[in-house]
Amino acid sequence: MTAIPLQLPRRLLEFTLDGEPTRVPEGATILDACRAAGKDIPTLCEGDTLTPKNACRVCVVEVEGARTLAPACSRRAEAGMKVLTDSERARTSRKVVLELLASSTDLSTTPRAAEWIKEYEAKPDRFGPDAARVNETPKIDNDLYVRDLDKCILCYKCVDACGEQWQNTFAISVAGRGFDARISTEHAVALPESACVYCGNCIEVCPTGALSFKSEFDMREAGTWDESAQTETTTICAYCGVGCNLTLHVQENEIVKVTSPHDNPVTHGNLCIKGRFGYQHAQQR
Amino acid sequence: MKSSARRRDRTPKTYARLEHPLVRDEKGGPFRQATWEEALDRAAEGLGAARGAFGMFSCARATNEMNYVAQKFARVVMGTNNVDSCNRTCHAPSVAGLSAAFGSGGGTSSYGEVEHTDLIVMWGSNARFAHPIFFQHVLKGIRNGARMYAVDPRRTSTAEWAESWMGLNVGTDIPLAHAVGREIIHAGLHNTAFIEQATTGFEEYAAEVEPWTLTVAEKVTGVPAAAIRDLAHAYARAERAQLCWTLGITEHHNGTDNVRALINLSLLTGHVGRFGSGVQPLRGQNNVQGGGDMGAIPNRLPGFQDILEPDVRRKFETAWDTVIQPHYGLNLTDMFEAMETGDLRAVYCIGENPAQSEADSEQAVTRMKALDFLVVQDIFLTKTAELADVVLPATAAWCETDGTSTNSERRVQRVRKALDPPGEAREDIDIICDLATRLGHPWKFADAETVWNELRSLSPDHYGMTYDRLTEHHGIQWPCPDTERIEPTYLHGRLWEADPAKRGRLAPFGIVKHDPPVDLTDDQYPIRLTTGRRLDSYNTGVQSGSFASPLRRGEYLELCPEDAELYGVEVGEEVQISSRRGSVRAPVWIDPGLRPGLAFMTMHFPDEVDTNQLTIEANCPIAGTAEFKASAIRIDKLPGYVTEMSATAARS
Repeated sequence: MTAIPLQLPRRLLEFTLDGEPTRVPEGATILDACRAAGKDIPTLCEGDTLTPKNACRVCVVEVEGARTLAPACSRRAEAGMKVLTDSERARTSRKVVLELLASSTDLSTTPRAAEWIKEYEAKPDRFGPDAARVNETPKIDNDLYVRDLDKCILCYKCVDACGEQWQNTFAISVAGRGFDARISTEHAVALPESACVYCGNCIEVCPTGALSFKSEFDMREAGTWDESAQTETTTICAYCGVGCNLTLHVQENEIVKVTSPHDNPVTHGNLCIKGRFGYQHAQQR
Repeated sequence: MKSSARRRDRTPKTYARLEHPLVRDEKGGPFRQATWEEALDRAAEGLGAARGAFGMFSCARATNEMNYVAQKFARVVMGTNNVDSCNRTCHAPSVAGLSAAFGSGGGTSSYGEVEHTDLIVMWGSNARFAHPIFFQHVLKGIRNGARMYAVDPRRTSTAEWAESWMGLNVGTDIPLAHAVGREIIHAGLHNTAFIEQATTGFEEYAAEVEPWTLTVAEKVTGVPAAAIRDLAHAYARAERAQLCWTLGITEHHNGTDNVRALINLSLLTGHVGRFGSGVQPLRGQNNVQGGGDMGAIPNRLPGFQDILEPDVRRKFETAWDTVIQPHYGLNLTDMFEAMETGDLRAVYCIGENPAQSEADSEQAVTRMKALDFLVVQDIFLTKTAELADVVLPATAAWCETDGTSTNSERRVQRVRKALDPPGEAREDIDIICDLATRLGHPWKFADAETVWNELRSLSPDHYGMTYDRLTEHHGIQWPCPDTERIEPTYLHGRLWEADPAKRGRLAPFGIVKHDPPVDLTDDQYPIRLTTGRRLDSYNTGVQSGSFASPLRRGEYLELCPEDAELYGVEVGEEVQISSRRGSVRAPVWIDPGLRPGLAFMTMHFPDEVDTNQLTIEANCPIAGTAEFKASAIRIDKLPGYVTEMSATAARS
């Protein structure tokens, strides 16, 4: 008979983080160590439920003796390693990354982007008025989601959530090369003609608001979206016996969007179309 | 002209929330708005007059706390064990089968274990559509190297992920399971050590399955002998294996036997009671597990404790200061039959819609109309509420109340209030308490937690689950008898104990026989109709109809391409569909996942096409679940329909 697979006890290893000796369990990333030490490293493409793709490079840190900067989100801590999170080189790199992203895409709905731009003294407009921009108009082809590729930083999180890491629907992928690369359905068809099953798990992981719920998009357009007036309450979905956790975002006694807690053992932040969008019946008043 | 198919209104009926109590001034008269005071007085009077002939339909969608109070109302205020819920129409056979084998009505393993198993059998379950987030755990398992087998008459989107799809004939699950069992025994792959120490009835079981050779099974089930052999060997040789099922197993006239036949395979191979090995029914309603756990079933008191045990009754009689009837009550199916004989004259129906969810729905409506008194407590004026004498507007449990619910892996999780209910709608528990007070039992619960703590004091399996702990641990799975400990994620590890005292009651093999579907196909009704769910819709569609799903396409009769050609019908063509009980009209859809002679419909759009006019009220004698999965139908072309092709020909 098989025993219960208890996780192997993990050895602690010691390395130097910004001059301080730090101990983390074997397998932990530099980012894990930074967070445990209370250091605030900016991240965009890193997601707590996803394996990082190292696409955005905003979390890079300097590892002594390494030729290139290392992405903190996926570089594992090694014994004896010396890491500088706030060196001149790391700060400059983050600044340039932020400048490139903010000049070509719209980071207005990216949480904390403005704060980081200020902190790293990034000047996105230094490339002048002719700097290349993605220049996409929002795609509104169904009643549930909006895809505003003008805000997309190609972090791959939605592709991974839709694909093999969670949903396994494979409705979207990256199409095109270089600056023309876009997240797209097959042959760029409208969402209702694609393989999309409207689980909204791509929206759940999108770091910039490029993917958003139509309810949120419409309220933002109308100027009525007010996060400070919203409550978030976690309850259980009423659509089947699986018991998915729903976090209801409520503004003026109306559900304005539904998310799911990422640390929940049932959902890991994922839902299906019914849980994500099937709340209207409760508010047919 | 494209006939009537194009003119059909595809927007599902949306229901507006009930905001005020409704009463009728005379039987059959129109509803009028009433005050709570008046409505509750009338409800209490009507129910009070029917003591001894009362039935309670509790709600598998509401919280544990509400179900606890509802069954207490039936048992203490009305003095009856006639309390049940729509679990009867779906998974009652799973509960009956599991408790017969293991003495407990829950699935034996947890979602997380599916990710760490070696073999997954999805039997009669299209989890990819019906339980999408459970299926994500299955997909993790597959990505971790597990092999998956899908057993389903339809090649569903679940089957698309399988290593092997077994398209069996509807209602031949027992022959297939028996053939798998026989093959395991003949190949010497059964776990003799486990069988000897943890089970009873093996000899009888071996004799029962002996006639089901691979060849005979192939003839009856339609599954190639080699495929059956492959499943048998894969299941028996796997280090760990999960056997999951849904309504494809239970919604048959012999649903409990089907469940027993599957559990037998787990006993034969020792695939139960270990991490990663178990049997797992996937429940269809958010709290169908909890409703039963809370005693909202006719044979169990809260905590799944048997009414026939005198000690159990005494405990509840002391706690509730009442006398509990020392026999089982009527289940939902019995109650509908008792309406016909006049033995049941009043019903208190909370959050259920049997007028549309029961098999042979027309008969259910006639029976409810014959009641002296019907109180319906719901969030919408459903088809069932339209039949009521008093309608009480309630809160939507999942977003307007506090409490808990219990999922398919026995995990009790917190439900929290996020919205204020509309109009005068009130919480279920408060309404039941007000009725109880009018009937001589002045009940008052300060909040849901008070109800929960009363339940905890009576149910050892829930004792360790305080609200604080439920929040801290993201929900806790039962059993949880201790406020300090968390039990393993799987049940029945006791069966592997060396000490017979710790091992407890041995698990008996279920000696069950094949019994084909009641509604036989013949020349007049040559097509087998089976029913199920789609991804974006839910049950009778009262909830799911109200959001704008890009996937929704309304009700269709789904046929395989071969049958469409045989009957000369095309996509979108409206046809007449008749069974021995009724007939409906619906347009045709073509699904290559179906096989010749097999058609599929859902029950999601009953206001558009009432599929349950076709289904048969042939019930499982043990659990009372109807055979929704197997009806015999015929299809007839409607006169005057011009096909697209001929119309194009005429135009050119």
